[in-house]
Amino acid sequence: MTSLVLLEFDANGIKQPSRSAVAAASALGDVHVLVAGSNVAAAGQAAAKLPNVAKVLVADSPALDHLLAEPTAALLVSLAPAYSHLLAATSAVGKNIMPRVAALLDVQPISDIAAVVDADTFVRPIYAGNGMATVKSSDSKKVITVRAASFDPVAADGGNAPVEPATVGDLPTPGKFVSAELSKSERPELTAARVVISGGRGMQNGENFKLIEPIADMLGAAVGASRAAVDAGFVPNEYQVGQTGKIVAPELYVAVGISGAIQHLAGMKDSKVIVAINKDEEAPIFQVADYGLVADLFNALPELKAELERS
Amino acid sequence: MKILVPVKRVVDYNVKVRVKADGSGIETSGVKMSMNPFDEIAVEEAVRLKEKGVATEIVAVSLGVAQCAETIRTALAMGADRGILVETTDELQPLAVAKLLKAIADQEQPKLIILGKQAIDDDMSATGQMLAALLGWPQATFASKVEVSGETMTVTREVDGGLETVSLPLPAIITTDLRLNEPRYASLPNIMKARKKPIDNKKPADLGVDTAPRLTVLKVTEPPKRKAGQKVGSVAELVSKLRTEAKVI
Repeated sequence: MTSLVLLEFDANGIKQPSRSAVAAASALGDVHVLVAGSNVAAAGQAAAKLPNVAKVLVADSPALDHLLAEPTAALLVSLAPAYSHLLAATSAVGKNIMPRVAALLDVQPISDIAAVVDADTFVRPIYAGNGMATVKSSDSKKVITVRAASFDPVAADGGNAPVEPATVGDLPTPGKFVSAELSKSERPELTAARVVISGGRGMQNGENFKLIEPIADMLGAAVGASRAAVDAGFVPNEYQVGQTGKIVAPELYVAVGISGAIQHLAGMKDSKVIVAINKDEEAPIFQVADYGLVADLFNALPELKAELERS
Repeated sequence: MKILVPVKRVVDYNVKVRVKADGSGIETSGVKMSMNPFDEIAVEEAVRLKEKGVATEIVAVSLGVAQCAETIRTALAMGADRGILVETTDELQPLAVAKLLKAIADQEQPKLIILGKQAIDDDMSATGQMLAALLGWPQATFASKVEVSGETMTVTREVDGGLETVSLPLPAIITTDLRLNEPRYASLPNIMKARKKPIDNKKPADLGVDTAPRLTVLKVTEPPKRKAGQKVGSVAELVSKLRTEAKVI
């Protein structure tokens, strides 16, 4: 039984959520990985260093630039006959492509798995993580996205897998990439950060997120936000932690001015240590916090900055 | 241009859901049901395209039990023109839903299908992409901005690191993200008008689709509960505990 994992990568190598997907695939048997894109030889070399990987397939074609859904799904379908399981991280890329692959294979996808029970059976969250469903697939091939926060990623190096070019046939490219506007940040990505500090509606406006930023920099943290803060336009949507945003499970999660709506908790309750700072002592966030500070964030954040600077 | 908007009846997003004691699923009896919030955004976008003169007709489709007609009525009150209910009491998983919607699309020949990016019950985030695959149409998922111009559309998508803009030929699929628009509340006169709008009733068998589930739910359990921890009295105490007790900074 061999799985194929679609990897995502950037200039720094294979992304952490994809390495979590490799970890999930390792529980199913042999693992091959796919690096797809245009001029991706370097990413292929980075993929070869991942532990637990038996083979790297490199699909290099201008049609695969930006991993648009139509050509990338067609590529995966063409490679599918050799594999029992096709996996990707539950990321914007994985969620865009994998259900399309599944439909082309006449398979019901298994989205966002949090555990592997056996080759056919998986655990996945439903209702914003308020239920954990154990589901068994009757499809002969499984198409899966992997909840990165639930699987410790494999290391970025330690392996030495052979690299082979994948056969790339004619790929459909009806859609055209126009542009990307990616946030430029020196901070770690939300889904890969060891520490995350998120602001909520209590921040009152986007300008006040500047109170969070220096603290994030001192802790090497990513900055996140609740859906309420995103809805109110304080920060862009890519900051959103929750059911409809990103799922994170850092070592330390600091929730500032976040009441703790169910849909926010769904995105962060697997964090190792949770800190809540909120002036409302009845806020539901305190029910999941390891350390709760009832305080006005406009006093607490400057104090926190000063306290961290002190040592 | 005709737009098809599938709408799903789900447990209202304000309801605190409970896992059934026998582990067979989530308690849904006696629970308030509403239109999936992302589908409301889809209806709103379709109505705005009609108001701009881009769309000429909006067809709202719902699949499931008879009460899904209420969800269609909500879409009609927001501005959709007519509804199609594919009525069944069987469990429908995204693959079956996509096949049923393909059959409807084959009959209706829309130029655009707008769906929510995910339903807040099963959280699969799959149907739009699957429908696009079955129709052989391009897809623009997680849309935060849509501009239709003649036979093409330009869509800005919410991706992990920010935004991505793609251009697609029509017909095509859009799935909606949170910030695409803010759905309107239906006005009382529009709710009254919606009662007179037609809803066509079909059965999955009429559409020639096998809806048998491919996933069997073996059990549903409560997620591991976190216990509330301790309250700290000051920022200094917080930092000290994070350093010496939790050892995370």
